Amino acid sequence: MQQTTHQMMNQEQTSSINVGNEERLVSLLAGAALMLAGLKRIVPGGFLQTVGAILGGYYLFNRGLTGHCEIYHALDMNTAVETNKNAVSVPHQQGVHVRKSITINASPEEVYRFWRNFENLPRFMNHLESVRVMDERRSHWVAKAPAGMTVEWDAEIINEVPNEVIGWRSLQDAQISNAGSVRFRPAPRGNGTEVRVELEYVPPAGPLGAAIARLFGEEPSQQIGEDLRRLKQLLETGEIATTEGQPSGRGGSR
Amino acid sequence: MRALCWYGNNDVRAVTVSDPSILNPHDAIIRVRLSSVCGSDLHLYDGFVPSMMPGDIIGHEFMGEVVDTGRDVQNLQRGDRVVVCSIIACGKCLYCQRGLFSLCENSNPNAWAEGSLFGYHTAGIFGYSHLFGGYAGSHAEYIRVPFADVNAFKIPEGVADDAALFASDAFPTGFFAADNCNIQLGDIVAVWGCGAVGLMALCSAYLLGAERVIAIDRFPERLQMAREHVGAEILNYMEVDVIEALKDITAGRGPDACIDAVGMEAHAGGLPGMYDKVKQTLRLELDRPHVLRHAIQACRPGGTLSIVGVYAGLLDKIPMGAAMNKALTFKMGQQPGHRYIPRLLDYIAAGQVDPSFVITHRMSLDHGQEGYQLFKTKAEDCVRVVFTP
Ligand SMILES: NC(=O)c1ccc[n+]([C@@H]2O[C@H](COP(=O)([O-])OP(=O)(O)OC[C@H]3O[C@@H](n4cnc5c(N)ncnc54)[C@H](O)[C@@H]3O)[C@@H](O)[C@H]2O)c1
Ligand SMILES: [Zn+2]
Ligand SMILES: [Zn+2]
Repeated sequence: MQQTTHQMMNQEQTSSINVGNEERLVSLLAGAALMLAGLKRIVPGGFLQTVGAILGGYYLFNRGLTGHCEIYHALDMNTAVETNKNAVSVPHQQGVHVRKSITINASPEEVYRFWRNFENLPRFMNHLESVRVMDERRSHWVAKAPAGMTVEWDAEIINEVPNEVIGWRSLQDAQISNAGSVRFRPAPRGNGTEVRVELEYVPPAGPLGAAIARLFGEEPSQQIGEDLRRLKQLLETGEIATTEGQPSGRGGSR
Repeated sequence: MRALCWYGNNDVRAVTVSDPSILNPHDAIIRVRLSSVCGSDLHLYDGFVPSMMPGDIIGHEFMGEVVDTGRDVQNLQRGDRVVVCSIIACGKCLYCQRGLFSLCENSNPNAWAEGSLFGYHTAGIFGYSHLFGGYAGSHAEYIRVPFADVNAFKIPEGVADDAALFASDAFPTGFFAADNCNIQLGDIVAVWGCGAVGLMALCSAYLLGAERVIAIDRFPERLQMAREHVGAEILNYMEVDVIEALKDITAGRGPDACIDAVGMEAHAGGLPGMYDKVKQTLRLELDRPHVLRHAIQACRPGGTLSIVGVYAGLLDKIPMGAAMNKALTFKMGQQPGHRYIPRLLDYIAAGQVDPSFVITHRMSLDHGQEGYQLFKTKAEDCVRVVFTP
């Protein structure tokens, strides 16, 4: 039993290296430089630019250290294939896959019940404008797209075990063909629920379109991570932490 | 309203901003009666905490009066006199439920940013940079307090505003530092730094049963406070070799616990001081860990190192060999004040402690820049400047 876990961990470790050696070195150096620039505030602009530079720096730095790039992972790109052929584990070359998880201090029943009412999803998924439940299995989804446009599709539940899992996929004429699942499992010692989400979608203009969208801050993995954090806040405290609308000395309220 | 905002290194200004409003159902609006400077603000003032934005309202140690409550606030009413913990906790997550309030999972709206830097994120803090949530601070006439039932504590009658104020930050921080030392009867505790935090740590070490407490600093007036108000033995590190002096006081055993109440901007003379100052200025090293180095060296084998002085980033030349081989215990963190504040208010009400002795200056917000300059340089024997908005 212990050995299996150990093997699994090893496997996961190897397969998580998806950045080639030279690129890792470049990442390390560029990361350090960017981090220092950010900390020295030589980056013009306010909070976002400064933090962006520091974080971008840390991010590249980490990627150099660990050989793992979240963005490549999300995009299924792998520049380490040359030296590590076994590492390619994801079959689809087209879609975007996102995996994210969080632990919520509420019972699996509560979290499942909240999620199962799809109309709740836009309360914590910022990119969703609305979800309308049509019947037991089918629902209509409207998502916000870049430049104020919307993307719509119908989805159906294809797999469901109450309090454990919900799986869905878009119906045939969807503008974005996509599928997703969410699993609920009691956390150790009954301390809440482990919520694991997997999403997969083929963006309208192919992977390139998504990559470009991502450059403008639409990183799906971080997006889903933030969505899950909002879900956690909502279920644990009944509200989502914010500073939107508080006063500042920047003229007016931010 | 008037508010004191950060505009850059060594630059804070009182300006007129809009009044805060209820943004979430558990919010309350507090009219600030007293708001104090804190050593943590100096790290912002001196530009060592990233992610400040010009125009951010600073300040996090405060007390005041409830003027408005959100619809889900249950324990507070308009007119209640309260002291608010400087660290923001939700009270509902697993960390909060275990008493680890400064690690609250739900109070930092910029969790992603802090998480990217530190691996995981922690709680939001009032007026303490966008990494810690970007919350508007307390150097203002009014402040919005999230999760008000959890973060605001009613002040018992008979406890003066001046004393209650420090139950917000300095006192719980000092108490946390001492609590982390796991003090046993007969223990000797050494505290580096005699700002309000160090002074409160000295007090707290006594409250928790220490036999002797030793205060280390270089400012005579602060050391004198430690002796007169707390009953500590004092060491001026500019005059004596602290490590030797501690050996002498403890008859060769060394202090059982050492508290770092100084943090990343520690002062040091000589070459080591220059080395860190240069590296910190170039941002090759974020923090100047003189006190940490000394405390590790000074601590007895098997002793505890309790760190409440704030560090923000990367440290250099930490004597890990000494720490490891002497089997030291390291304890540290931002203060989980919610765990202690009611108890501390009781101590104050019972007359056992009166933290208000640290107040040396009072000013209006319009004199904010002057106040911070005094506090930074420790001129005019300044220990705590308290603003009365
Ligand atoms: N962990 C927390 O939750 C928490 C809360 C509040 C404050 N803090 C931190 O506690 C620290 C102290 O805060 P404060 O308000 O008392 O600040 P302060 O500036 O009033 O006091 C700092 C003291 O440290 C002394 N000092 C500097 N170098 C020293 C050295 N080498 N050896 C001994 N003493 C030295 C200074 O002379 C000064 O008296 C700061 O780092 C602050 O950020 C932490
Ligand atoms: Zn403070
Ligand atoms: Zn919490």
